[in-house]
Amino acid sequence: MQIYLPIADLPVNVFLVLGMGLAVGYISGMFGIGGGFLMTPLLIFIGISPAVAVATVSSHIAASSFTGALSYWRKRALDIALALMLLSSGILGTATGVWLFTELRALDQLDLMIGISYVTLLTTVGAMMIYESVRAILRTRHGMPATLRRPGSHTWLHGLPFKLRFKRSKIYVSAIPVWAIGFVIGFVGAIMGIGGGFLLVPMLIYFLRVPTATVIGTSMVLTLVTMASATVMHAATNHLVDAVLALILMVGGVIGAQFGARTGQKMRGERLRLLLGLLVFAVGCRFAYELVVKPDDLYSLRFVRSG
Amino acid sequence: MRRLLCTLIVLLCGLGSAAAERLVVSLSNHRVAVTSSFVGEELVLFGTIEPDPVTSPLRPPYDLVVTVTGPRQTLRTRRKQRVLGIWVNVDSREFERVPSYLAVLSNRPVNNIANQDTLRRLQIGLDNFLLPQRIGSDVADTVREDPFRRSFLRLQTQQGLYRESATAVTFLTPTVFRAAIPMPAAVPTGSYGIEVELFTGGNLVARTNSALDVIKTGFEQYVADAARDYGLLYGLATALMALLIGWFASVIFARD
Repeated sequence: MQIYLPIADLPVNVFLVLGMGLAVGYISGMFGIGGGFLMTPLLIFIGISPAVAVATVSSHIAASSFTGALSYWRKRALDIALALMLLSSGILGTATGVWLFTELRALDQLDLMIGISYVTLLTTVGAMMIYESVRAILRTRHGMPATLRRPGSHTWLHGLPFKLRFKRSKIYVSAIPVWAIGFVIGFVGAIMGIGGGFLLVPMLIYFLRVPTATVIGTSMVLTLVTMASATVMHAATNHLVDAVLALILMVGGVIGAQFGARTGQKMRGERLRLLLGLLVFAVGCRFAYELVVKPDDLYSLRFVRSG
Repeated sequence: MRRLLCTLIVLLCGLGSAAAERLVVSLSNHRVAVTSSFVGEELVLFGTIEPDPVTSPLRPPYDLVVTVTGPRQTLRTRRKQRVLGIWVNVDSREFERVPSYLAVLSNRPVNNIANQDTLRRLQIGLDNFLLPQRIGSDVADTVREDPFRRSFLRLQTQQGLYRESATAVTFLTPTVFRAAIPMPAAVPTGSYGIEVELFTGGNLVARTNSALDVIKTGFEQYVADAARDYGLLYGLATALMALLIGWFASVIFARD
């Protein structure tokens, strides 16, 4: 069944888009991430212009992260204070990212910038996650308890001033790394058209030692707010959000996310991290391949303006 | 301007000679409505060749070229090159105010209908259509072998937006013809011009034009208008929709 998308200006198969929403939703529910890093490339692949894809995916991520955040809220697995701290600098990061996005777009180097940042981020984060989770799995094999949170293990980050106590997460850390992480996530999200959940979760775990109990819920609140405001910003400035496409994606996404969350809860933490690491790494490699291998067509077209 | 001049010359020539033809055409539909189930459609242009004045003799065989142009837009063609091992856009050209849709439909290959000079002058065929490029501060069309021009045509043709078909026009009798105008699913909305040109013996003998509109209707139009005219409200509504769906899903699935 074909449906015509009013903003993307092309017809798509409803079931294909619904299926994509379900699949990405399943993965996002399983790992507690928004899934933008998977959905944006998929939409571009089916012929939707990158600008519309990035703008529309933001509303899809807002929907799925809201579902997630609500269920974590019910389980009290959500640190509002930490989320608000991250948000305060996240918005600044988004604004900087949007500015750079516009500049690069004018220079025709946006695709390259997006490609390079996908490759760098996804391969490094993916590799780190694979390494960490494999080590954790091996440790459990050898009979040692796989504790991610080592009490008393302090890094230099804990020596920084402006210390704050986050009760729900049971951490006592400086505000500087919290702000820095929020800024980086906001910035990267605006440039790459992703929610940044797959980056934020490991960052919170490794740098701030946020316990796994609250990390996903907190990350979802941040994703929800940045993606909801990104939707409004994209709609108000560039008129690029396709509500029909967004609706189909959302319906698929939230249903998929529910089933994904169930699968995720049955799996062990380190197994889950290994799988996510492999997925992130694979997407990174896919982008690297595109940059390095000679493209089928050296020429490409970009719409500048009508008239 | 160039076209106008051509028309004037043709008109003068037409007046000068005793025999002349007149084209009468009719389009199956002047309005293509893009709805939610739009997957493209085909318009049909019917026409006859009439003697003008009625007593003058006809001069078959005739050749017919129909050129359909969509609303103008500016596009940038970019070229990639390997820099430090990765493929980067190094060069680009802007194609200024070129048709978003361009179909050159004829009864046989345009190169067999008239000589190169005539085709060039009348802008008939994709190779001869004026595609002004911005190069530095200049805006001009290039030679047809120009790699940017060739790539631009190739990419537009791949998307089904540009086409040249030597079989789309069929003569039902020596003076009655039918032209099939394909409208792909991704057809841009706006006003389209249709130019019908009649040739005999390699010379243009008559021309006429028509027009059609491609419009979005119903829900699609409503959404597109809202997105353009009330961006902020539209964005807030979309964000609200996201929250509602997210909330709805969590309520439905929270029970079990």
